[in-house]
Amino acid sequence: MKEDHGNYRPLSYFQLMELSLRELLVEKGIVTNEQVDATVEDMRNRTPERGAKVVARAWVDAGFKQRLLENGTKACEELGLDVPALKLLAVENTPQVHNAIVCTLCSCYPRMLLGIPPEWYKSRNYRSRMVREPRAVLAEFGLQIPQTTQIRVHDSTADMRYIVLPMRPAGTEGWSEERLAALVNRDSMIGVAVPKGPND
Amino acid sequence: MSEAKFKPGARVKVMKAYPLGHVRTPYYIRGCTGTVERICGAFPNPEELAQMRDGLPKLPLYRVRFRQKEVWPDYRGNEDDVLEVEIFQHWLEPA
Repeated sequence: MKEDHGNYRPLSYFQLMELSLRELLVEKGIVTNEQVDATVEDMRNRTPERGAKVVARAWVDAGFKQRLLENGTKACEELGLDVPALKLLAVENTPQVHNAIVCTLCSCYPRMLLGIPPEWYKSRNYRSRMVREPRAVLAEFGLQIPQTTQIRVHDSTADMRYIVLPMRPAGTEGWSEERLAALVNRDSMIGVAVPKGPND
Repeated sequence: MSEAKFKPGARVKVMKAYPLGHVRTPYYIRGCTGTVERICGAFPNPEELAQMRDGLPKLPLYRVRFRQKEVWPDYRGNEDDVLEVEIFQHWLEPA
């Protein structure tokens, strides 16, 4: 690694605490540095592209979509995505129903498919208002849901994890899975946005 | 594992209780009445897990659907807007 002397900053309180705790755990033989590195690597590899792959497959394969809605965890295994221990529930957006996800108690999030949650997802503002006035919150994200569409807010309070299966954008007939996956952004799988259109 | 007492479609009321400790039933939904949307399976009791105990026997976990208008009387939006919350069986009673 290239040495960089220009960017030195003292460790923050939490960085120092993490470092001390890790050193102690290694010293006591509870974990090894290699295990810590492998776990960090694994967490870094989890990005919203994984979720986008699942959504794109559901858009092109009706059988897969059916299996995904019935048992999200099992369907993800078909794509080689391991969703350990927790059960994944995919909730489908239709012209009549719009789904959105929140965890009012903490920040439960489908990390295995979307990676690390964005800051706003963990904020008190989002967590407290999303269950109380979802239409106003979605409007702040730039998403206007028609009054005639039902909104279903899912509070992720216990052992389930949720992913929104957004509607496939019009004008994408015949597109490949890869091309479709590129339209699926993280926020559309949380339900605070819709996927990009073919011309966006 | 304890047996599931409620079937999908059953009307249930969330207990209005305020025990100390780690509880996964949000305050705002206590005392509200909703409909069982599905049985999610059975999971160790989080209130016990938080005390470093095994949380067994596993408890049935439900996804309960509530009408927003019933949770928040001044709710503004579609009459049919709903909120779905996961609730463990020992927090539910028949409604």
